[in-house]
Amino acid sequence: MTVMVQEVKPAILNNSLLQRSRSLQGISFVGLSLPAAVLVAAVLIIPFSWLAWLSLFDAAGNLSAENYVRLLRPAYIESFLTTFKVAGLVTAICVLLGYPVAYLLSQLPQRAAQLLMVFVILPFWTSVLVRTYAWLVLLQRQGIINQWLLSSGLISEPLPLVHNMTGTVIGMVHVMLPFLILPLYAAMKAIDPVLLRAAANCGASPAQAFRQVFLPLSLSGLSAGIALTFVLCLGFYLTPALLGGGRVAMWSTQIADMVAKFANWGAASALSVVLLVVTGGILWGVNRFMRVPDAWGGKR
Amino acid sequence: MLRRPATSTQITHLQRLWLYGLVGLVIAFLIIPCLIVVPMSFSDSQYLEFPPRVWSLRWYEAYFFSSEWRQSTWVSLKVGAATTILATILGTLASYGLHKSGNLFKPVIRSMLMLPMMVPLIFVAIGVFFVYARLGLNNTITGLVLAHTTLAIPFVMIAVGNGLSGFDMNLERAARGLGASPVRAFVTVTLPQIRISVLSGMLFAFVTSFDEVVVSIFVSSGANSTLTKRMFANIRDQVDPTVAAISSILVVLSIVILVAGQLIQRRGRSSPSPD
Repeated sequence: MTVMVQEVKPAILNNSLLQRSRSLQGISFVGLSLPAAVLVAAVLIIPFSWLAWLSLFDAAGNLSAENYVRLLRPAYIESFLTTFKVAGLVTAICVLLGYPVAYLLSQLPQRAAQLLMVFVILPFWTSVLVRTYAWLVLLQRQGIINQWLLSSGLISEPLPLVHNMTGTVIGMVHVMLPFLILPLYAAMKAIDPVLLRAAANCGASPAQAFRQVFLPLSLSGLSAGIALTFVLCLGFYLTPALLGGGRVAMWSTQIADMVAKFANWGAASALSVVLLVVTGGILWGVNRFMRVPDAWGGKR
Repeated sequence: MLRRPATSTQITHLQRLWLYGLVGLVIAFLIIPCLIVVPMSFSDSQYLEFPPRVWSLRWYEAYFFSSEWRQSTWVSLKVGAATTILATILGTLASYGLHKSGNLFKPVIRSMLMLPMMVPLIFVAIGVFFVYARLGLNNTITGLVLAHTTLAIPFVMIAVGNGLSGFDMNLERAARGLGASPVRAFVTVTLPQIRISVLSGMLFAFVTSFDEVVVSIFVSSGANSTLTKRMFANIRDQVDPTVAAISSILVVLSIVILVAGQLIQRRGRSSPSPD
């Protein structure tokens, strides 16, 4: 019965209903995002702004640049340099290891590519903590890698592979590699294979076709991957904290130490603000000058 | 086989052997550390060996019979479940609201909601720690759930947004034209069509919470320590093989979740729905 009643409603009524709902859309539908927005503001934006505000005051509560001036001390300068060195090294290794993988993934037939993709995604899904622990076990003094190297006669003393820069870089490359491969693969997948065939038809050798056609077309995806990897490295905490063994002072571990060991909120906040500005600046610059958005999966 | 061309530019598989070899090595580098803890966790020795000389379940017993480990596992599961529910609801609402509205502030709100995914976790951790200290939320389940939900919202929004972009909004408009209320149109027409995306959003939310370490290190301790927080402390202070057993369980769990996710997506693709 009710169905009948609705069907005989004059069309004009429905029309006005739709019109009204359309004019309400702007306000009411955006309102649905408010609960999430309030939570993000309360948990992330307000606390961080509060800390940033506090970083402008000295211990006595007077407005001062003390917290920022302190960052010019040698110990902090060194941690800036370490952070950039580790991030740069990790990103460079990721490019060297990740580019061939993404390239092969984009060239393989569908089925084989899907299988290979599982091997890239599995580490992505495995907890970073578990993977860092695995590296600790593999790289330690009595670990598998040292035992293997010793028994093969390549070395006579166990190598110090962990609780130092080496271990940190190895562990971070393992975590970051998928972040480089995935956007790069998406960009490479978007390259029309006809272009390569055309190059071959025009007499290019496979190496030439790669260098002159494929490589330049993959650069936008590569720069997106590089920017993402580098920025993630700058703020990464877990692996440097565990595999660095306290000897690799990066920005993130320093911030954590200042809060947890010294309860020095002013210094920690100032350091965070600088890190945020640097990170944001890099992302903004890459976005602005490299037209990265078309590389992030192509469809956005 | 090897002499056949591998690509349309006439390079043969043989000429590509070096590429296959190199990629094989990189894949081994990616996969081995994820899997090697599993056989090692069955070792009898205090120093984890590979392959184990004597096999035993010693470290699994150490895990299951320790009330501390059991307690923190329970905390992680509780927080994960609550986060999944809350983040799925908030994230789906936000994604749907932003998808439908043409509001001026839409881009601002969207980037704001994506922030938790983009800022380094250490920022979130110290910010939350600082504010929770004033609100008395440190070391509480509520505090953990709120922080983890914030972190999970972007992942839910991306998953649901994917579903919505493949959904024909005219279907919902048709339902509205036939007299359904906005809520009814959403629940009976839109939601069933994007259910696969909502499900994968839920999966993401759970994994985000269950695997989260950095925020948990700061805001959980004592009886409300999460599993990851206790593992972190354990790994940092001593190399206790019990962690190998727990890690193995987590590895198997993540493989199960990955496979489940693939199955959900495959079912979504083969069903006639357009999402």
